[in-house]
Amino acid sequence: MTASALAHSVPPGLVMLIGALLIPLFRGHIRSAYMLALPVIGLLQLLLLDSGTHLSVQTLGLQLDLLRVDQLSLVFGYIFHIAAFVSVIYALHVNDATQHVSGLTYAGAATGALFAGDLVTLFVYWELTAVTSVFLIFARRTPSAYRAGMRYLVIQVGSGVLLLTGIILHHIDTGSIAFDHLGLGSPATAIILVAFGIKAAFPLLHNWLQDAYPEATVTGTVFLSAFTTKLAIYALTRGYAGTEILVWIGVTMTAFPIFYAVIENDLRRVLAYSLNNQLGFMVTGIGIGTDMAINGTVAHAFSHILYKALLFMSMGAVLHRVGTIKGSELGGLYKSMPWTAAFCIVGAASISAFPLFSGFISKALIITAAAENGYFISWLILLFASAGVFHHSGIKIPYFAFFAHDSGKRCAEAPWNMLVAMGIAAAFCIGIGVYPAPLYEILPFQVDFAPYTPTHVLTQLQLLLFSALAFAVLIRYGVYPPELRSTNLDVDWLYRRLGPTLIKRVVAWIDHSARLLKEDTKGQLKDFVDGVTRHHGPEGAMARTWPTGATVLWVAILLGAFLIASFYA
Amino acid sequence: MTQDTPQQPKPASGSPKHTPSDNKERVYWLDQTKNVDKVFYGLCVLCGLSVAGDLLIHRHVILEIEAIFAFYGFYGFVACVGLVLAAKELRKFLKRKENYYDDDS
Repeated sequence: MTASALAHSVPPGLVMLIGALLIPLFRGHIRSAYMLALPVIGLLQLLLLDSGTHLSVQTLGLQLDLLRVDQLSLVFGYIFHIAAFVSVIYALHVNDATQHVSGLTYAGAATGALFAGDLVTLFVYWELTAVTSVFLIFARRTPSAYRAGMRYLVIQVGSGVLLLTGIILHHIDTGSIAFDHLGLGSPATAIILVAFGIKAAFPLLHNWLQDAYPEATVTGTVFLSAFTTKLAIYALTRGYAGTEILVWIGVTMTAFPIFYAVIENDLRRVLAYSLNNQLGFMVTGIGIGTDMAINGTVAHAFSHILYKALLFMSMGAVLHRVGTIKGSELGGLYKSMPWTAAFCIVGAASISAFPLFSGFISKALIITAAAENGYFISWLILLFASAGVFHHSGIKIPYFAFFAHDSGKRCAEAPWNMLVAMGIAAAFCIGIGVYPAPLYEILPFQVDFAPYTPTHVLTQLQLLLFSALAFAVLIRYGVYPPELRSTNLDVDWLYRRLGPTLIKRVVAWIDHSARLLKEDTKGQLKDFVDGVTRHHGPEGAMARTWPTGATVLWVAILLGAFLIASFYA
Repeated sequence: MTQDTPQQPKPASGSPKHTPSDNKERVYWLDQTKNVDKVFYGLCVLCGLSVAGDLLIHRHVILEIEAIFAFYGFYGFVACVGLVLAAKELRKFLKRKENYYDDDS
């Protein structure tokens, strides 16, 4: 069998999904080499696949499309493998097989979902991503990580259950389980949209992300940041491109998390909020739905996975070395970790869409598409969010971790494997920014867009420089809110505080009522028993045993009365 | 084995905590206030240059509002100041103590 035929006979993702299960058999350098080989082999397989390939099986009366290859799934497939490779390097120093198996099976499951041609296969991988990834959170081995992991699992599996409900209804409606464009035409597809929306962190469905990701292990968060949400972006792109409500959902997602990001103290949680904001740009692009907007969404997902991983890696390195990632306790770390600081700044410049960095060449497609298609209000919000993301991710993250007031903390530079992983991601961020043509080449549609025009560069620089000026002025004059140790209420308050409080109240009320009822019934029962005892008890009038003499007397009286009556009758 | 235990500070650095004024430690460029001032004024100059760019370059605009002189700079500045001030207000409603949720469990 040739390599090409072999590549076409195995669904992508299985290499990592199945291969990862063998990791515990190896030790030391062999284990490292084996783990690095898995995403490389997976990527080679993708490079051999031709667009248009299908692999179907018939089972339970359904035709399952285990392998469907087109340009959309290929682009996401490439970046998922690159992300897995970089994340494995970043985690090489970890001597915990659970995390390695979890990370790579998770990457494999997410990749498998990209090439699922039908909704049932998609559902299987969809649930697998939830079950495999949760161990990256549990592996932190703290009580709060355990609780966050359980909440994460319930919500992720819940998304899968909704997806399955939608699929069944959709099959009843149309008789089809094909995963193509779905649109918002029926209750079934609306339910599927909500299922996708949970994983894509739509507003009000978003909080699992900020809750769980910062609780995962240093290396686990890097894996998590890449796959789940971008799988949802892929699924939305395929199923709901051009669904207008997504424009409004998307712009809401770009705007509201940045307010939280400004006041959040846990810097990995700040990144989780900005991840949410970046997903908003992609969802907006899907909602606009033109070729340019879809290209923008896909390109932005590609560059986003790299710079977001880079940012999480740099903050993970700080957490690894210093033991905390709270802004209120950090500062001045550029002296101890200059390389990590430099890589963090590259990630920050990329997410902020500075010219020559990756975010610039991908986000511009979405914002231009919004302007060209007459989404004026959305365009204004996207611009606000662009300034805001620079403000909280681009400046706040490096500033409070590496600069600001010197915390006096001194530590070693990040381990070599972390630096290599960050270096690769940073090289991609700059490479894509400087030379975007190869990325544009693999997008689903022909790209007719030049990012480096004088207008684009000037307007973007102006926006960013003045955002930086605003930050500098606010810091200089003491207006900027200080980093404080705190918890900020978000939607999770509903199920972490309000829900349990309500349930406790209801249970207490039922308990109280039951006790009252019991006491009341007891009282009434006592009265009844007392009454019966009074009348029918040993002393009761009705139950008294009468002596024989009295009975004879009564009989004599009755007979006497009868005799007298008969005389007069 | 967990990986999140912080590494010990380098033995060479002696006591675990150093203050910036520690005379044994190298003084970095940014440790001096006058250099921080230089960064701030440098940023002001860059902002000025980017506004000057509006005079020099004929911008191709899609929306009318973009044609306003220095629109992007003005919008970026106002957006960020507004964002921070709004977030500060929001903190009054949203901020709870750090172990707020842990109390229950």
